[in-house]
Amino acid sequence: MRIFFLLWGLLTAFMVAGQVKISGHVKNQNGKPVSGVSILLKGTYDGTTSDSLGNFSFETTEKGNQQLEASSTGYTTYNTIIQIENKNIINDILLKQSITDLEAVVITAGSFEASDKKKGTVLTSLDIVTTAGADGDITGALKTLPGTQQVGETGGLFVRGGTASESNIYMDGALVHNFFYSSTPGIASRGRFNPFLFKGTIFSTGGYSALYGQALSSALILESNDLPEKTEASFSAHIIGIGGGLQKLAKNKKSSYGFTYNFTHLGLAFAIIKQKQDYFQNPVYHEGDINFRIKTPKNGMVKYYGYFSTGKVGYRVADIDSANLKNALHLKNPNTYHNINWRQNLNNGWKLFTALSVSYNKTEFGQQLQNSANQQLIFQYPVGYEFKNFDINSTQTFTQARVVADKKLGGLSAFRFGADYFYSHEKSTFTLFNGSTYTGAIKDNLLANFAETDIYLSNNLALKIGLRAEHSALMDKWNLAPRVSLAYKLKHKDQLSFAYGDFYQKPEAEYLPAAQSIGYAKATHYILQYQKMTSFRTFRTELFYKNYDHLFKTGLNANGKPQVTGNNGNGYARGIEMFLRDKKTIKNADFWISYSYLDTERDFLNFPYRMAPNFAAKHSASLVLKKFITRLKVNFNMSYSFASGRPYYNIEFDAGQNKYMVTDKGQTINYNNLSLSFNYLPNIGKKDAKTFGVLVLSVNNILGQKQVFNYEYGTITGNKQAIGPTSKRFVFIGYFLSFGTDRTEDAINLNL
Amino acid sequence: MKKILFFVMICSFALTATAQQNDKYTAAMQKNISGLDSAFKNPDAMLALANNFNRIGEAEKTQWLPFYYAAFCQVSYGYMQLEKNKDLVDDIAAKATEYLNKADALNPKNSEISCVKSMIATSIFLVNPMVRYNEYGPQSQQYLEDAKQQDTTNPRPYFLIGQGLRYTPEQFGGGCSAALPILEEAAKKYETFVPASGIAPNWGKEVNSQLIKGCQNN
Repeated sequence: MRIFFLLWGLLTAFMVAGQVKISGHVKNQNGKPVSGVSILLKGTYDGTTSDSLGNFSFETTEKGNQQLEASSTGYTTYNTIIQIENKNIINDILLKQSITDLEAVVITAGSFEASDKKKGTVLTSLDIVTTAGADGDITGALKTLPGTQQVGETGGLFVRGGTASESNIYMDGALVHNFFYSSTPGIASRGRFNPFLFKGTIFSTGGYSALYGQALSSALILESNDLPEKTEASFSAHIIGIGGGLQKLAKNKKSSYGFTYNFTHLGLAFAIIKQKQDYFQNPVYHEGDINFRIKTPKNGMVKYYGYFSTGKVGYRVADIDSANLKNALHLKNPNTYHNINWRQNLNNGWKLFTALSVSYNKTEFGQQLQNSANQQLIFQYPVGYEFKNFDINSTQTFTQARVVADKKLGGLSAFRFGADYFYSHEKSTFTLFNGSTYTGAIKDNLLANFAETDIYLSNNLALKIGLRAEHSALMDKWNLAPRVSLAYKLKHKDQLSFAYGDFYQKPEAEYLPAAQSIGYAKATHYILQYQKMTSFRTFRTELFYKNYDHLFKTGLNANGKPQVTGNNGNGYARGIEMFLRDKKTIKNADFWISYSYLDTERDFLNFPYRMAPNFAAKHSASLVLKKFITRLKVNFNMSYSFASGRPYYNIEFDAGQNKYMVTDKGQTINYNNLSLSFNYLPNIGKKDAKTFGVLVLSVNNILGQKQVFNYEYGTITGNKQAIGPTSKRFVFIGYFLSFGTDRTEDAINLNL
Repeated sequence: MKKILFFVMICSFALTATAQQNDKYTAAMQKNISGLDSAFKNPDAMLALANNFNRIGEAEKTQWLPFYYAAFCQVSYGYMQLEKNKDLVDDIAAKATEYLNKADALNPKNSEISCVKSMIATSIFLVNPMVRYNEYGPQSQQYLEDAKQQDTTNPRPYFLIGQGLRYTPEQFGGGCSAALPILEEAAKKYETFVPASGIAPNWGKEVNSQLIKGCQNN
């Protein structure tokens, strides 16, 4: 018995006295010490945290086989079994970086991303909306980024020496045709979609993914919102119209629906801000959209978006070839677009995305020659004036079906493949002064297959390899486009990215049918980018070279209409771009500066030889500043854009020599535009406010600087005339109101 | 006899062990809790405390307090990174949430846990207030409302609301005039609040009275 007690006593003493020290050093794969690592013996209190030199040391009374664990964010957890006896233990630890979203390098060559959730993006969705001078137009904000041109005479994105038709815009995977309103010659049109519809924007100025195609220069990839955060009604009244809408979130927060309607009438604005044109029909638009979104199991989502609009405008301008005559132009443009898509997570890391889109666009455009009393004139002498009376009616119907399957391969690596089917039917009828009509119709079925893989070799090296194959039934030809991009992290915040790719495009319908069998136009991109990004500052610079081959050449057909005659055009674009965004230097302010140098020449369409195109300026620069003035509850935005003068040409067909000739050329003056906008938010931060209002005042070209985009030439006299903005300045004033706090939500629900 | 004695010995050993274990638990918790004040000046120490509390929680498995404190230290560590290492805050908040979820599972609908939930949501929106406020601001406020209802005697939701208002610009409905009545309400509750045990949450009183003083001197 005594012995037993003795043993018991000894045992207890041993338990207290038998402390063993466990120590070591923690480093990562690069041999750098890791601090802040939690080191512990599993299931016990014993452990510690590594110090700034990566050293650790702790004592334990545990014995036998124990599990030693070391964990830290950004690393895979380390585990080992150690046998604890009476001797101190030294156990060094090597932590392997886990390939995570936070640490891994992101391939950024050629693309700007705006997102609120993803890391490493240059812009947020709010940036797109609040950029001064953009007037709430998505592409307006993008024109302050490097690589884009300040083209004011027509809508669209002109990227790195490419035309607007070389840029495609996608919404939830489906190509949006007629993204911009139809426009009359010399007047730029806006994008149709409200920037608040989208939660993510990727703007690629080159080297974009194999998931997209049929654009030689650029892709703008928009991702629409998921479920709204709450039920909300909105109302707006402004100088150019009124609007309203409702987004209703179901009680279980699993589905939502919504609609908006906007009425735009520029009569009031044009009465105040003098326009160069004499409007007999003020621009009037009705626009509506509807949507629903339904959550499916496993974080899947079905989304539908439908858009309807109709607009008309009519005005008179002085006829370029005569002193007293006028051209009266009128345009009508009904349009509808629908997109339903479903993304679904499946088992074993598979994801499926499907989308179906349908769109229809009709443009009724016509012109009359009128005398000073606004009466139509159709005379055949002097020759040529009669052709100033014409009508062009065109319709475009597009359908797209898309399937993409995505498989996660461990870490961030993934493999995806899929297919697109595009149907297009474009018709146009040209009516001459004498009533004779010329009708053309082009139908095509284009099939695309694509596969792409993301390979993360480590947190520092990522690779994306893709391949796209397309077949157009109309051209009856295949194309095969490889795409490769990679990114390498130099230091914690510095990285190099590179992108290479081939891009193919079929000709625009207006030049079809072709005079002979033709192939695709082709562009090859090479992009090298350096980027340094910290929480407060982003700097990137990009070198690019783009080679154009098989560009379409046009000639005149028997009816005097331009038609594709061949594929023997070519060209190049090369340059350097810089972008700096800084949120630190000026308190409570945020600014970005972009600069682009572009050297480009091409021989395409009716160009008689290879020359610098009229839509490309050598130097472009922008400064965008955003500052929130807390005291006034005012968000102040400024943007200044500069572009060096662009070349312009008069290209005429010389019947004698049977070829196009440049009969006059020159260079426009430099382009300058300072725009300001103020958003006043009176209810910001008021907890019990039922409504949230924003009063917006914006002024474009506040200094009234003279802008010349291009020159046009009279077809009869060769008279030359500058194309500029329709007014020196434009002022927008409006009030946007939303109500959706708890109590008003009830009020809304009661009235539904 | 021997057998019975042995049985008693075993039992008493077991009891001693449990008692020791409990003492060990309380002692370990107390030791780490006493380190909290100084850790507010030293981010590394704060992270080490979070790790310490998490170890205790993982070893004990059934106690909610260690995970609660681990989350509290982790989110406090996050606040300390807002100035210089903003891009770390999202991950720190994710880790804090991981700890807090364990506490929440052991002790659901707890007022103190709701307070830390609110602190985590606030740390996330402070990374980019302009963009994130709409989503995380109301979330953070809702957790504090929950906390008030879950325990009407708890001063901390009032303290956190008051503190938030104190640092919100006046133009946005914040400032001293808005904060003071709520901080004073918190002060009253601090006077009468009785923590459930020596290691139960009992923080914020001093900062609260400092904030009141600062506002009164304004």
